[in-house]
Amino acid sequence: MDTVIISSILSIGGMGLLFGAGLAFASKKFAIEVDPKIEEIIDNLPGANCGACGYPGCSGYAEAIAKSGAEVAIDLCTPGGAAVSAKIAEIMGISAVEAKEPQVAVVQCRGNHEKAPKRFHYHGITDCAAAELIMKGDKGCVYGCLGLGTCVESCPFGAMIMGSDGLPIVLEDKCTACGVCVAACPRGIMALIPRSQKIFLGCVSQDKAKKVKEVCSVGCIGCSLCSKPKVTPSGSIEMNGNLPKIVNPTADDLPMAVEKCPTNSFVVRK
Amino acid sequence: MWFKSKSFKGGVHPPENKAFSDNKVIEKLPLPERVVIPLAQHIGAPAEPIVSVGDEVKTGQKIGQSKGFVSVPCHASISGIVKKIEPRPHPVGGDVLAIEIEGDGNDIMSQDFDFNPDYMVQSVDEMKENILEAGIAGMGGATFPTHVKLSPPPDKTIDTLILNGAECEPFLTSDARLMIEFPKEIIEGLRILMKILNCKRGYIAIEKNKPNAISLFHKLINDSKQSDINVVGLKVKYPQGAEKQLIKAIVNRNVPAGGLPMDVGCLVQNVGTAKAVYDAISKKLPLIERVVTVTGKGIKEPKNVLARIGTPFQQVIDFCGGLTDDAAKIINGGPMMGIAQFDLEVPVIKGTSGIVILNTKQAILPQPQPCISCARCVDSCPMGLMPNYLATLVENQKFEQAKEFNIKDCIECGSCSYVCPSKIRHVHLFKFGKMHVAKMMKPAA
Ligand code: SF4
Ligand code: SF4
Ligand code: SF4
Ligand code: SF4
Repeated sequence: MDTVIISSILSIGGMGLLFGAGLAFASKKFAIEVDPKIEEIIDNLPGANCGACGYPGCSGYAEAIAKSGAEVAIDLCTPGGAAVSAKIAEIMGISAVEAKEPQVAVVQCRGNHEKAPKRFHYHGITDCAAAELIMKGDKGCVYGCLGLGTCVESCPFGAMIMGSDGLPIVLEDKCTACGVCVAACPRGIMALIPRSQKIFLGCVSQDKAKKVKEVCSVGCIGCSLCSKPKVTPSGSIEMNGNLPKIVNPTADDLPMAVEKCPTNSFVVRK
Repeated sequence: MWFKSKSFKGGVHPPENKAFSDNKVIEKLPLPERVVIPLAQHIGAPAEPIVSVGDEVKTGQKIGQSKGFVSVPCHASISGIVKKIEPRPHPVGGDVLAIEIEGDGNDIMSQDFDFNPDYMVQSVDEMKENILEAGIAGMGGATFPTHVKLSPPPDKTIDTLILNGAECEPFLTSDARLMIEFPKEIIEGLRILMKILNCKRGYIAIEKNKPNAISLFHKLINDSKQSDINVVGLKVKYPQGAEKQLIKAIVNRNVPAGGLPMDVGCLVQNVGTAKAVYDAISKKLPLIERVVTVTGKGIKEPKNVLARIGTPFQQVIDFCGGLTDDAAKIINGGPMMGIAQFDLEVPVIKGTSGIVILNTKQAILPQPQPCISCARCVDSCPMGLMPNYLATLVENQKFEQAKEFNIKDCIECGSCSYVCPSKIRHVHLFKFGKMHVAKMMKPAA
């Protein structure tokens, strides 16, 4: 009896020793050299894996920078902003790049449930791109926000919520301008603008005035009033097809355009 | 019965609901006062307008020129004045460039369209040209340009031509009526198609719930001793009329995943298309009208009507006594694969086989519940897919895996959603999933 116990302890223990030694040897012999810089960069990235940099996750970006010897731009992490790119510059031992103008996501549609009614009852799955597949969506305006919140779902930073009026809201202090919502929206409603820009157009409709009026009471009718010198003498607004385009986002005369717009299509950020 | 019922694996048995209209003789719809003719009524590039606002047009005159090979022209279906050329609501969705013609009430033909008894002596190329010029696109609903289907690459031989008279969608009876009222034309159409493809064997495939049509064709073919044409009675099952299922049922060949019927030497054409081909070849008559079944509990007098292409739905519905008080959902096509409409200004197009109007009770969709893994959807899928699994993958945005599970093979027949006790909206999920898979496969810009 005793001998059985002793021999099993010995044999199992012996096997353990043997395998342990094997593993120790293998870990030395086949060790993969990990660039310590990669680890260091990863530690400094926000870790949201949002893809704003264009690489598969934060580690993908860190690896790309380290491997390329800083050939890859070090300021691609929008969520991290200037602080992170400065850190990366330090790790890589290169000079810091000039900080980019911070941006923020905006919702370029003002047509909520009340202002831009629906044209049919949609019973499908809750996703804007899926709704778009069914007769081009239930919204009367075929350019407007469908309000099913695909952008809200997509935001990796919890910086969006769906408003009770059927339009999404960006929580600006949480938004890192990663641009994920911009890519997620099937209708191009989400856009990134400089944080310093206080006024933007809340409409993306390419329709003519008559059609816009039929489907939305706050849609831009492309009357071009806001671009006229008497409203914006500095030329801060130009017409681009049926929609005005703000060419100077910080011009002083933009509030005048907001005031004069007959359809109230501009949005003033708080 | 002369044949054992032929069929395929999978499928479902929705209530047929054909009794509303299967005995109603095709009625000619009064000439519409105006028509709206979309330039895209087919799969492929939209036609280009060749008339301008203010032009006078005659019935049968070409007003849209096909652009590229996979495209068909379109024609004025009434005589009158071109009022507008602008995007208009389309029964398949969205606004599509369309030509509106205000009729003069005279229906003046652009040419005689006389019957030419020697039509069969035309060369194959002439025939194909005439089919293209007549603007024919698959009339079963898929609207694929017919001349393209008739031009297989030289390395593919077609030995079997199947005329699809299955009409497996519930409610619809337009093909059934066409077969009973125009059998000779359909057979001649088949002959023309067989000549074009130099194909030795033709089948006319009809579901067994249309015994009159089966016996009629059988008699006509026996009497004229056309031994190269067979009439096949198919088991009544949905989606019996889908191409791959039809081929499996009739000649027991399996069209490979992602392949076309021509890969197994087959070609399927709808019976309505065959009739249109006959008209195009024997009279040079373009496709300007089609049979539309107007049916369902939401319409006062269900009918089969012969409507000019471009007639607004509203007028067709008025002709059938109007909507009932509890009409709730109006579908272009059948209830399984058709598309619900929200605007009755949409026109009848080449693929409008029916307008089905459901009442409130039928139209309400129950809320989907979680999958109970009953696998009924798996049993029903005619393509041998796993809809339960695919739905979960798509819901969780696992498009890569959905692709591996062959989401692209789904024919969107809706059998899975139909049988699902949890009322999961598989088809919508799959359309959504396919869209993402297509995006994924596109090389990044
Ligand atoms: S709101 Fe848009 S840009 Fe801002 S963090 Fe969310 S996804 Fe990124
Ligand atoms: S902004 Fe775009 S993604 Fe967001 S709810 Fe509106 S349509 Fe949907
Ligand atoms: S998965 Fe597609 S092909 Fe299969 S039953 Fe469902 S809809 Fe039809
Ligand atoms: S039929 Fe519906 S409940 Fe049953 S396995 Fe399929 S998806 Fe799930």
